[in-house]
Amino acid sequence: SPSWGLPRLGPGCLAPLLSRHPLPRRAWILSPDEEVSQASLRRLYDRFQALDRTGKGYLSRLDLQQIGALAVNPLGDRIIDSFFPDGSLRLDFPGFVRVLAHFRPVDEEEEGNRDPKEPEPLNSRMNKLRFAFQLYDLDRDGKISRHEMLQALRLMVGVQVTEEQLESIADRTVQEADEDGDGAVSFLEFAKSLEKMNIEQKMSIRILK
Amino acid sequence: MSGRWAPGPRWGVLLALLLALGELPRARGVEEEPGGAHGEAQGFQVVTFEWHHVQDPYIIALWILVASLAKIGFHLSHKVTSVVPESALLIVLGLVLGGIVLAADHIASFSLTPTVFFFYLLPPIVLDAGYFMPNRLFFGNLGTILLYAVIGTVWNAATTGLSLYGVFLSGLMGDLNIGLLDFLLFGSLIAAVDPVAVLAVFEEVHVNEVLFIIVFGESLLNDAVTVVLYNVFESFVTLGGDKVTGVDCVKGIVSFFVVSLGGTLVGIVFAFLLSLVTRFTKHVRIIEPGFVFVLSYLSYLTSEMLSLSAILAITFCGICCQKYVKANISEQSATTVRYTMKMLASGAETIIFMFLGISAVDPLIWKWNTAFVLLTLLFISVYRAIGVVLQTWILNRYRMVQLEIIDQVVMSYGGLRGAVAYALVVLLDENKVKEKNLFVSTTIIVIFFTVIFQGLTIKPLVQWLKVKRSEQRDPKLNEKLHGRAFDHILSAIEDISGQIGHNYLRDKWSNFDRKFLSKILMRRSAQKSRDRILNVFHELNLKDAISYVAEGERRGSLAFIRSPSTDNMVNVDFSTPRPSTVEASVSYLLRENVSAVRLDMQSLEQRRQSIRDAEDMITHHTLQQYLYKPRQEYKHLYSRHGLTADEDEKQDTEIFHRTMRKRLESFKSAKLGINPHKKAAKLLKRERAQKRRNSSIPNGKLPMVSSLQDFTIKEKDLELSDTEEAPNYDDEMSGGIEFLANIGQDTATDSPSGIDNPAFSLEESPGILSGVPPWLCPGEAVVPSQRARLQIPHSPGNFHRLAPFRLSGKSVDSFLLADGPEEQPHAAPPESTHM
Repeated sequence: SPSWGLPRLGPGCLAPLLSRHPLPRRAWILSPDEEVSQASLRRLYDRFQALDRTGKGYLSRLDLQQIGALAVNPLGDRIIDSFFPDGSLRLDFPGFVRVLAHFRPVDEEEEGNRDPKEPEPLNSRMNKLRFAFQLYDLDRDGKISRHEMLQALRLMVGVQVTEEQLESIADRTVQEADEDGDGAVSFLEFAKSLEKMNIEQKMSIRILK
Repeated sequence: MSGRWAPGPRWGVLLALLLALGELPRARGVEEEPGGAHGEAQGFQVVTFEWHHVQDPYIIALWILVASLAKIGFHLSHKVTSVVPESALLIVLGLVLGGIVLAADHIASFSLTPTVFFFYLLPPIVLDAGYFMPNRLFFGNLGTILLYAVIGTVWNAATTGLSLYGVFLSGLMGDLNIGLLDFLLFGSLIAAVDPVAVLAVFEEVHVNEVLFIIVFGESLLNDAVTVVLYNVFESFVTLGGDKVTGVDCVKGIVSFFVVSLGGTLVGIVFAFLLSLVTRFTKHVRIIEPGFVFVLSYLSYLTSEMLSLSAILAITFCGICCQKYVKANISEQSATTVRYTMKMLASGAETIIFMFLGISAVDPLIWKWNTAFVLLTLLFISVYRAIGVVLQTWILNRYRMVQLEIIDQVVMSYGGLRGAVAYALVVLLDENKVKEKNLFVSTTIIVIFFTVIFQGLTIKPLVQWLKVKRSEQRDPKLNEKLHGRAFDHILSAIEDISGQIGHNYLRDKWSNFDRKFLSKILMRRSAQKSRDRILNVFHELNLKDAISYVAEGERRGSLAFIRSPSTDNMVNVDFSTPRPSTVEASVSYLLRENVSAVRLDMQSLEQRRQSIRDAEDMITHHTLQQYLYKPRQEYKHLYSRHGLTADEDEKQDTEIFHRTMRKRLESFKSAKLGINPHKKAAKLLKRERAQKRRNSSIPNGKLPMVSSLQDFTIKEKDLELSDTEEAPNYDDEMSGGIEFLANIGQDTATDSPSGIDNPAFSLEESPGILSGVPPWLCPGEAVVPSQRARLQIPHSPGNFHRLAPFRLSGKSVDSFLLADGPEEQPHAAPPESTHM
């Protein structure tokens, strides 16, 4: 099954609110499992409204593309796209929060108390990795092919490097992580190759408590 | 002072500095007149030796030369400078030189006088700090900075002074002619963290930007507090302890607000004047940079004259004018200003530290009291730490970005004292403050201790505290690549979630700025090209695009072939055979790139064990060097000695072009109709065939199945977008056209034929289109990369790496081809269509 996309939320999640009008301030109610604190939510909602320049109640790609800093971020557009899963054109506030919730810092205490039967929270190590993985895995086949790796490299490496060099790097990168020898990096291989990295810290923003 | 009005601004200022330093070495009875060369007129002499005539400037110039040569010397050994901060080395050098002078003259001939320091050495340093201040960060943390600067400084002064007094009462210090007010006076001058010393050390320790700006901002802004406290206590001491009334205390508090706000206001007024003046310097480009220095310096002197905080004035003058000045003055002038400012600040800093060392070698000023010295050191460190922890505890309840333990340690430990304290203590009147010499010697000890000892140890301390992170291991390729990707992801998420707060206020301010301030203070041309770069791409709609292209076709030219760099591209011979596959192999790269890739010897050394072969090494280093840097790393905040902004701008420009080109592609492909499935399939087939023919093309440009999916989804998207998003465009369209018209007018003059629309010729006008402000951009067009050059001929599908417009004259232009979809290669590269 295509489990690489953003994980589904439990039944207590937000009802998608696709209003044409700006949402009234408290129109959305969050269940406890929504993970993000009320204060952060309020702030994020302000941000959401600020990004929604025309007050249509949802964000389009265009709204996010307006953020100047994203235009000079090599992965900016891919990240924008990850806010619009499955080709949707609108991003409502719950969706906005859901993506950002991946970047909440991992609370160790909370982590210890968690019921292992519950689904992993969005900010777990695996989900953080999954978020990064789907930025590479353009065709959603659960694997980063050599070609996808090359495309990502093209985005992230300066123009001084020749195409041949890039290809060589892509080959080596894939080879290094590829354990079953299928010439592509699966999610598990991806996670394994980064097992020594402190993903919890690297992929967290302090304010998203 | 007359030097300031000399014609060449850079030399004028330098000359002023030289003249100013004339007061510095009060040569007390040295330098015998050489012979009677200056005696009575003995007829005309062909050569005369006029030492006394040039004596002062000559000595100053020599000192500057010595300091500069010393700097060269320090940097000969990379090892020394990476461990010992330059400021510490300079102090030690000063001590040595002072010793030599003392041994030769038996009297300390040179010392740092407060006049020279406050009038000539400090202003360039502070102006430099203000002019290059990262404004966004500074104002984002202004509340925190103010709290530390005001409350923190008062806290330090009060606790240090009172504690010392307490110990004095206990009799531990022996017999001193000193009262409570003297202690408070001493506390107030020793309390303030020094901007010069802090910057000199922090620049070498890489701390995060928030921490940096807090400590740096604090050191600049606490000046007002220091000045007021100093003045208040000095006048109290003059009055005598028993005559101080409550009214005087209230006056003191009032004067704090007057001094700080007044100083800031003076700075802002002069910044306004400066911005306004540079708006009209179009015809006197050569003296443009002079205005920046003269007016800023006047702001300093003016507030000094009004007994307001001069440091605040010149800081805010720099902070407020930077945006408008940079927009107004020419590229060359901006560079001149940048370099002159850095040169002056760096030079002044060097001289300050060297003379701090020299000044200490004077037997007349030393009065030792072990208890007093040691307790002062103890108290300033302890109370600084306590103050920081208490204030941070309060602040963390309100701050979005929390200050963590490690930050607090660095902040406490980074509270260096410096030349400001020294100059203030030297200013004390010996008749009023009986123990002046004790204060002076203690201050010198404190400065030396903080600058040398803490400066030496802060770097290891930071590293030790971050020990968790510094797991010494060779990162694998995957870790390197993905790690960098994580950095980029994180900064993108920060931007989207609006991490840095105060958005509301900032929006209000930028509105005000755009509506009023910029209109007054910026040249018209500068106003236009600002801001709207991004918008214009989005406000372009279908009609714009088609009509512009159609127009271009009608005229037979899109003026694409203007810039010299495009000529190369247009003339690319498509039949040129690819470089042979042998050359493309890694061993070829190895040969070719060893010289080009700057190898980091240290990491090479470390990796030697684990690297299997040289090819791996090359791969690692290529990645190391050419992966785009994440924002935190490359947006260096402020460096007194470095001007490396060009690299960053280049990276920004590169990525910006890339992003915009892709957005435009996908925009066009979305608006100009979609490939039906059949055509997409046909296209793919053709592409595959082509690939088979030319086996050296890398692993296909399109994944087969996925791109089909892409196209299907794309189509679905478009139906939606046409019905729902189209109305939005109508509102925005007029704006876009207006903008384009403006741009067109601006540049139409030099391109008589064809259309000069920035949105359509990305590469040709980097100044207008780059993410960095146009006035900072280098004048020449972006030269296409080696890779881009190599690629174009062989795989038209890859045009996203290059502006398609360039090629339009010859062959494939996605714009033109959009009208005839039969010929169209897939209009958007896969990576820009869907995730």
